[in-house]
Amino acid sequence: MDSKIPVENLFSIEPVLSSSSRRSISTHSKASSGNSIREVNFSDLGSKPVRYGSHGAESETYSMSQKEINDEDARLVQINDPVKTNERFEFAGNSIRTGKYSILTFLPRNLFEQFHRVAYIYFLVIAVLNQLPQLAVFGRGASIMPLAIVLLVTAVKDAYEDYRRHRSDTIENNRLASVLVNDHFQQKKWKNIQVGEIIKIHANETIPCDMVLLSTSDPTGVAYVQTINLDGESNLKTRYAKQETVLKITEKEKIAGLIKCEKPNRNIYGFQANMEIDGKRVSLGPSNIILRGCELKNTAWAVGVAVYAGRETKVMLNSSGAPSKRSRLETHMNSEIIFLSLFLIALCTVVSVCAAVWLRRHRDELDYLPFYRRKDFSEAEEENYNYYGWGLEIFFTFLMSVIVFQIMIPISLYISMELVRVGQAYFMIRDTQMYDESSDSRFQCRALNINEDLGQIKYVFSDKTGTLTENKMEFQCASIWGVDYSGGKATSQDQEDGYFVEVDGKVLRPKMKVKTDPELLQIAKNGKETKDGCHVHDFFLALAACNTIVPLILDTPDPIVKLIDYQGESPDEQALVYAAASYGFMLIERTSGHVVIDIQGVRQRFNVLGLHEFDSDRKRMSVILGFPDQSVKVFVKGADTSMFSVMDRSMNINVKRITEAHLYSYSSLGLRTLVVGMRELSTSEFDDWHSAFEAASTALMGRASLLRKVASNIENNLCILGASGIEDKLQQGVPEAIESLRTAGIKVWVLTGDKQETAISIGYSSKLLTSKMTQIIINSNSMESCRKSLEDAIIMSKKLTTISGNINNTGGTLGTVLTPVALIIDGTSLVYILDSELEERLFQLACNCSVVLCCRVAPLQKAGIVSLVKKRTVDMTLAIGDGANDVSMIQMADVGVGISGQEGRQAVMASDFAMGQFRFLVTLLLVHGHWNYQRMGYMILYNFYRNAVFVLVLFWYVLFTCFTLTTAITEWSSVLYSVIYTSVPTIVVGILDKDLNRRTLLKYPQLYGAGHRQECYNKRLFWITMIDTFWQSAVAFFIPLLAYWGGTIDASSIGDLWTLAVVILVNLHLAMDVIRWNWITHVAIWGSIIATFICVIIIDAIPTLVGYWAIFEIVKTGKFWLCLLAIIVAALIPRFVVKVLYQLYTPCDVQIAREAEKFRTLSESAAVEIEMNPILDPPRR
Amino acid sequence: MEMDTNGATTSSAAGGGSTSTSDSSSAAKKNSKKPKYSRFTQQELPACKPILTPGLVVEIVDRYDEGCVPSNYSNDKLAYIQSSRTNKSCTRTLSVPKLMKGPVFIYYQLDNFYQNHRRYVKSRSDKQLRSKAYESETKNCDPEGISPDGPIVPCGLIAWSLFNDTYGFSVKSKMLEVNKKNIAWDSDKENKFGSDVYPKNFQIGGLIGGATLNSSIPLSEQEDLIVWMRTAALPTFRKLYGRIEEDLQANEQITVVIQNNYNTYSFGGKKKLVLSTTSWIGGKNDFLGVAYITVGGLCLFLAVSFILLYVIKPRPLGDPSYLSWNRSPAGNPT
Repeated sequence: MDSKIPVENLFSIEPVLSSSSRRSISTHSKASSGNSIREVNFSDLGSKPVRYGSHGAESETYSMSQKEINDEDARLVQINDPVKTNERFEFAGNSIRTGKYSILTFLPRNLFEQFHRVAYIYFLVIAVLNQLPQLAVFGRGASIMPLAIVLLVTAVKDAYEDYRRHRSDTIENNRLASVLVNDHFQQKKWKNIQVGEIIKIHANETIPCDMVLLSTSDPTGVAYVQTINLDGESNLKTRYAKQETVLKITEKEKIAGLIKCEKPNRNIYGFQANMEIDGKRVSLGPSNIILRGCELKNTAWAVGVAVYAGRETKVMLNSSGAPSKRSRLETHMNSEIIFLSLFLIALCTVVSVCAAVWLRRHRDELDYLPFYRRKDFSEAEEENYNYYGWGLEIFFTFLMSVIVFQIMIPISLYISMELVRVGQAYFMIRDTQMYDESSDSRFQCRALNINEDLGQIKYVFSDKTGTLTENKMEFQCASIWGVDYSGGKATSQDQEDGYFVEVDGKVLRPKMKVKTDPELLQIAKNGKETKDGCHVHDFFLALAACNTIVPLILDTPDPIVKLIDYQGESPDEQALVYAAASYGFMLIERTSGHVVIDIQGVRQRFNVLGLHEFDSDRKRMSVILGFPDQSVKVFVKGADTSMFSVMDRSMNINVKRITEAHLYSYSSLGLRTLVVGMRELSTSEFDDWHSAFEAASTALMGRASLLRKVASNIENNLCILGASGIEDKLQQGVPEAIESLRTAGIKVWVLTGDKQETAISIGYSSKLLTSKMTQIIINSNSMESCRKSLEDAIIMSKKLTTISGNINNTGGTLGTVLTPVALIIDGTSLVYILDSELEERLFQLACNCSVVLCCRVAPLQKAGIVSLVKKRTVDMTLAIGDGANDVSMIQMADVGVGISGQEGRQAVMASDFAMGQFRFLVTLLLVHGHWNYQRMGYMILYNFYRNAVFVLVLFWYVLFTCFTLTTAITEWSSVLYSVIYTSVPTIVVGILDKDLNRRTLLKYPQLYGAGHRQECYNKRLFWITMIDTFWQSAVAFFIPLLAYWGGTIDASSIGDLWTLAVVILVNLHLAMDVIRWNWITHVAIWGSIIATFICVIIIDAIPTLVGYWAIFEIVKTGKFWLCLLAIIVAALIPRFVVKVLYQLYTPCDVQIAREAEKFRTLSESAAVEIEMNPILDPPRR
Repeated sequence: MEMDTNGATTSSAAGGGSTSTSDSSSAAKKNSKKPKYSRFTQQELPACKPILTPGLVVEIVDRYDEGCVPSNYSNDKLAYIQSSRTNKSCTRTLSVPKLMKGPVFIYYQLDNFYQNHRRYVKSRSDKQLRSKAYESETKNCDPEGISPDGPIVPCGLIAWSLFNDTYGFSVKSKMLEVNKKNIAWDSDKENKFGSDVYPKNFQIGGLIGGATLNSSIPLSEQEDLIVWMRTAALPTFRKLYGRIEEDLQANEQITVVIQNNYNTYSFGGKKKLVLSTTSWIGGKNDFLGVAYITVGGLCLFLAVSFILLYVIKPRPLGDPSYLSWNRSPAGNPT
């Protein structure tokens, strides 16, 4: 990036209301230094301290993963000597144990884990308090039961999960592998494999532990593995055995050697080791190791030595759960819980103060009071019975009231919420609208506690490649030696089935067809006759050779025709090789030593003398080929910026300029570009390089940087061959999805590593940017220019919004004349902005903009941008991405969504939710998010109400019992109240209720605003609910009280009346708010009422309890039923009236949409829509 | 409102008649057009015949705790009630305001007596009451759990404080019989209070709380105790004392001889004697009626106002133009 031309303050704004504000951006195209090769930071982001905005951060993490191994943090493995290997160090055996518990440790460990939750400790403290004889409000059984039930349910669930884990562990541990024992390969169970042993794997077998390859059936030592279990990638990866070991036949000659490798770590893409064998020192890298869980493919056998086993294998180290997050609603809820605790304390204080006054007033009578009897005369000496003095009595009263009123804090709510989330997750996973057929992947819910956050997302941060696009690359056009070949595609496509070659009577054909340009095809066919032909030849040779693609020959039903499948890690490379093949440069064979390329029907073999792999510092790769005519050439391909800096400056300036222009036009079309260069090496140059390369690759210290230096020395003074344009297609339904999200009031930010022009053009094609928008572009490369451009931009954006506001007022016609502003900012500017005082300005600016596009950002900058927004607003953020470079962003955002796409599972592993396609985001947020938010919000409020009503009824009664915490309601009913009587309906409603159906929600994305406005859960609703609670409890308590005042009613009977009244009341209250009744809801609500009756009857059928037969006596009286009716009607009237008036005269959007759903279904097509912005359903495949 | 099931008996008699006639002339019967008898065709299905009468409850309440203390003790009621030598008899006259149809229920009402006090409620042993085997199960009963002679049966404060005022009624110097049977719930008598449990060591301590029990009668037949042990829900409560099975005529003067034994003076509790008839919703209490009228009126008012609101200012249901984003900033939809 050093050659970049400094560009000053380039933000540009078009006059207001111009139809097209896309200004010429050519002025700053010089500054574009983006790489079109995807940057993937392979280092383990999760375990490193996160830094933002620093330009060097990325290379630093990279180099850290490449650092040399010190002796103290190395692991020494004696090849084929497990005894010696394991004698000094405690390496893990290969048996795995994902189960948490054994039979012995289950009880203590499970209890220990369960009591990590504050809620359970609250339960426990209350239960323990109740065991003190002075405080024994409830009987022993009743006081322990709620805790016991909760613990039991959780324990059973944990035990079942653990049992399943144990079972799969056993299966896994008892699989067989052939292990070298006493010079013979023997079958051995996986669990008995030790580090240091030599293992032989046959084709299609799963690899039992992480092994360094020694030799394979291929004479060059190549093995292919499929890593689908590890990272989800289905393409084959090549792994190499070192030449030093390839030829050894393990069964005949004993291999002995020492491998020094790094300590076990989670990085599945990195490995560092040295192997000492036959006195030579060989370096080992990630391409020499095959990992547990992978499968061996296309290779008859492979032999390797185990280096990491069991829980130390990379796959096991990576199998950690998702990070736990806490939902916004729950955080809000906690503040209300604190209020409820204060209220609880207030109630208890009232009771104890009243008790104190009562005791003080009656202190003279207490001794003989028939219902108090402080004095005990049974002993010879008169003494106080069960009386500890005024102060202590008050204190005990306080504690007792805490016990009696304990459910004021709805502990059961936490458990209900968990159950509800599980239910919601079940339905999200089962949603056919979020099933991706192409990858056969369902929606995944990895985090179970933030479902409702999906209904309140305000910012969506999206990656581009693989998220908005499919990450399926297609070669579109090429610029070769200054000539652009991109016209007239598809004409030649149908006349024949693409390019093929015939070898030994067999037809070889590439698996994928690529559209070809006839002109270019013709030139390529003509060979090296013309000058153009020469360049074209070199260009395609470079494309075919300069990569790490492995061709695989596949059989087809037709025995003559074979297909060539190009497997590789980079989709760009695949596309390029396929392109080269269709132009007649077909890669047929690749080993570590040579490549065979069929050039226009002639097979040629090139020796691969050296290969410098891609790294994100150089942003290019190179290969050194020995030609059949003994000449040596280096071919380089890479990102334009990195390539132009290593071009031969004296030569072909004209070509360079034209190529740059082509690159610009390609990237404005949204293509990913790569530049290809070449240089012929003289013998001396090659020899210099060769010795340097040898030295570097066996170096003990700083090998990575040495290799990099060698590479940069050779990748120099290149002659430019041309550039390629690869199209990455937008995923299906992305424009519609983005428009839906925008209509829903969600701000979509795109953060991409691509260059600005590519990003902008993708922005247009995905409808992120529209022609109505004014673009503000910030490309700066110093602090000062950043500040200046930010300030100007803020002024500008404000001006735009205010002007449009004026138009609104004067014109008074439409509300949507607002000029939307799009902010486009690049990674270089972000370096200066993030982590500085400019952050605030950027945030201000971004708030005024409806779209923000960040280009050329590094992975950590992505996280930095997310945290910039997260820190400054209370709005929820969601990050969606598919690659390892999105991991930090996904973890930073409130909600992280991973796309399980082409780029492995790193993003999915770090995410809270994972899905197959970007457009599912619409269903996820607008439908499920909305539902979940509404359900959870209502459920929390309802649970507060439900418990508070009951507690208040208890409280009112205490006021009539000398403040002594007597409960008319039996202790068992108080315990069962939140467990049986009222728990099921709220859970069922929390899972199943739907305020609006899917079609309506997708049709009017604006309905999502309910979550932004916090319509379902806010302080106001909480207070209204509490006032309602107060009224309802008063009605439920005082109607029976006054009706039976001075009557013969006994405590148990009136207690039963209160129990039933409250239970019916809260269930009817819920029934009143249920929006969609289905049979499950009916069963739950009416069933709960019936269950309550049954429970009360059972409790009253126990002769040793005080309330024996009370329910049977009271239901015989008419007064009971009259009271019940009066309570229900009087208690629910205010709520009913408020609800009716509210719905009739200030209906919320959801309410109107609900009515429309019900009444307008038929007349909908009659087009009453006046100023609606109907959004089409996303295509349903 | 009264009910009558006489219909059933009359119809069965008529049915008997019809069958006898059919037996005698079976030949004639075949051609006879006489309709076949059935209770249904004859409109004689058993039925109850409610007559809507205002089921007024007549109630006489007499507070006697003040009046039954001789004037010389009026400043020291406690001494009067605690002394064993004072004459506790007291005669009061009640006049019947309206005809009271029998059975007339006799209640005693105590005010300011917290039978629901926590200490009091817990001070009992339901196991001991139920079965002889659990006689010594007195752990909740202290300080009335164990006497020097062994466990107290029935133990606990509730039993100890058993109400012991007695009433004798007479009209025109003719004794009215008070039926004290079946004043407790059958369920209590059968299952809660054991028939093999006899009072033991009861009220022998230093402090007498209330009535003594006849130790030769099992608890299941001590109905006063059973009634008392159903602790009241509220500090003002009535308990059933007995029934007068006769009608009391209007304006009759009833003479009540009260044995004023029970000590409510120590805590300022009131004692009242209540004679009351009953109806299907229980004793006299105006609250429910008032509540129903109020709630019903409110509902009616709301219904009318909703209708009016709907007529005056209707809102078309489900009209998308009311959606917030379709409304113009001025506020008036379309």
